[in-house]
Amino acid sequence: MIVRTPVFLIICLAVGAAVFGLSLEVGNDYVFFAGYVILQYVVLSTAWNILGGYCGYVNFGTAAFFALGAYSTVAIYKLIGDNDLPHIMPMPALMLVGGVVSGIVGFGMGYLTLRLRGAFFSIATLALAVVLQTLIVNWDFVGGSRGAYVIRPEEMPFIGSYVRYLFLMMLLLAIGAIVIARLIERSKLGYGFATIRDDELAAEALGVPTLRLKLIATTISGALMGMAGAPFPYYIGYLQPDSTFALDYAVNSIAMPLIGGTTSWVGPLIGTILLGTLQQVATVTISSAVNLLIVGCLLVGFVIIAPNGIIGLVHTYLQRREEDFVGRRHVSADAPGTVP
Amino acid sequence: MIFSFDLLINAIVSGILIGGFYAAVTSGVSLAFGILDIVNIAHPAFIILGSYVSYIINATFGFDPILTSIVVTPLFYALGAGIYQIYYLSFEKRGQESLRGLAFFFGLLFITEVSLVLYFGVDYRYVNAPYIGPTWHFGDLDVPLRILVPFAMSMLMIGVLQLILTRTFIGRAIMAVAQDQLALRLMAIDPIRIKRIAFGISIATASLAGAFLIIIQPVEPSVGRQYIGRVFAICVLGGLGSMPGAVIAAMLVGIVESLTSTFYGPSWAPAVSFGFLLLTLAVRPAGLMGR
Repeated sequence: MIVRTPVFLIICLAVGAAVFGLSLEVGNDYVFFAGYVILQYVVLSTAWNILGGYCGYVNFGTAAFFALGAYSTVAIYKLIGDNDLPHIMPMPALMLVGGVVSGIVGFGMGYLTLRLRGAFFSIATLALAVVLQTLIVNWDFVGGSRGAYVIRPEEMPFIGSYVRYLFLMMLLLAIGAIVIARLIERSKLGYGFATIRDDELAAEALGVPTLRLKLIATTISGALMGMAGAPFPYYIGYLQPDSTFALDYAVNSIAMPLIGGTTSWVGPLIGTILLGTLQQVATVTISSAVNLLIVGCLLVGFVIIAPNGIIGLVHTYLQRREEDFVGRRHVSADAPGTVP
Repeated sequence: MIFSFDLLINAIVSGILIGGFYAAVTSGVSLAFGILDIVNIAHPAFIILGSYVSYIINATFGFDPILTSIVVTPLFYALGAGIYQIYYLSFEKRGQESLRGLAFFFGLLFITEVSLVLYFGVDYRYVNAPYIGPTWHFGDLDVPLRILVPFAMSMLMIGVLQLILTRTFIGRAIMAVAQDQLALRLMAIDPIRIKRIAFGISIATASLAGAFLIIIQPVEPSVGRQYIGRVFAICVLGGLGSMPGAVIAAMLVGIVESLTSTFYGPSWAPAVSFGFLLLTLAVRPAGLMGR
């Protein structure tokens, strides 16, 4: 069954509308606060998977790209002033700016390190987070190490509280990210990415423009992460370097696709919904430190025991059942009459 | 600002001393990443583990932290050998080390760090030893023993490591694993066993480096993160798998960091190592003394 992209987009929008409707039905704004975080991780893990899952290049710098998006919003906010911003620059425009900034940085990083072995790229992304954090800490215009306050507008027309509006924006971005990921997966680009993941040398020898493809992947991936970060200052209200550059983002955006399964867009989505919900529950009931421990253990457990994630497990299960079925039919064909 | 000669000399000397310590931190990564091709980004977490082991024993029995760390190296060696066995069976054997192996070590980093946070909290811990207080003065030059002792021990440790690698049978076998596994197999040596030993040694160095760290500065579980970028920058700058290269690179990074924090303020220092890393990757990816 092949669903064409426009149809898929409509299905996604319908599911999105249902999610939003159900959240409204609950009537409690906490649902939007918690849901926003999960949606944000849907975007981050899908974006990570475009580079990590499709091309096989591990990015440890999710926090860096995310924070770039968040801090471009803060910079614009400081530049324009708090009262006029929502009128001059609506949220989609801010997301776009964040996306462009992160996309450019992603491209630059990729250009410097992707010509070398994969591990160098991973290490460089890890270090990128440290350096950007240093720059932000020393940049007083966006608050420096003290952090920056962003005043959230009280109400939005038609929707109600501002957090609902943010939730809606993130929902749309998540749908966008999933559609992009699925589109890439089924296009020539996706096959190019897969050749890089499976055997880069062979791909290069066959004339696949590996460097260009990898740069496209880092740019798209970085841009999506930046877009996910752009509304964050409005969500949190007080942006501070330590929490914005937290490694939590990196470990979550790696764990979610790996737990779900990295080869298709479904994997990060499943992983995020499971792990994100689990974390929200664990944060409320136990503590936020424990929930990182859970993520770490699940990540290690899954990469050792189920390398292809939940999708892989389901796939093997279905295949085995099919084999059983076919096997049984063979038996019955060989010896008719023995089967009751 | 008035340029002061004393300040410059002091900054350079303390940079060299700190650099020696960085070299000790890097030696384990240099062994794992440079020679065995295992990207162990959890190494700094094991160093913090080493710090905490020294801290516990120092706080309960009052033993010397460095002596303690030498005594517990077999435990760290066993830990490293165990981790390599898991890594080999789950990733190297299946040829999946690039994506899942990296994620595995990243997960280990988090498990170690969060476990320490849950058990000890995020308070800074420190050790007591006779050489932590005093400072030697040479004219205008101040040399705190708290940094001099770890420096000397680091140099000693790297010297011993280098001797093991170049003079003993096992050491030469480790160097050979990096070059040609098949040839090693043809000489009836099991490359997996050699790699297991080498990774064990790599983690064993973390025990010592951890003790040095907690002597130099108070430690809390997330301090290790600051070392991830630094350590790999030094490793790449020095040339993968070269111990002398790592020492020179470590001192270079130490000096530049120390000068930066003296003349521009300590908040800029973390950017130095990354600057070095990017510069090396762009200009000379083989590093200073690359093979």
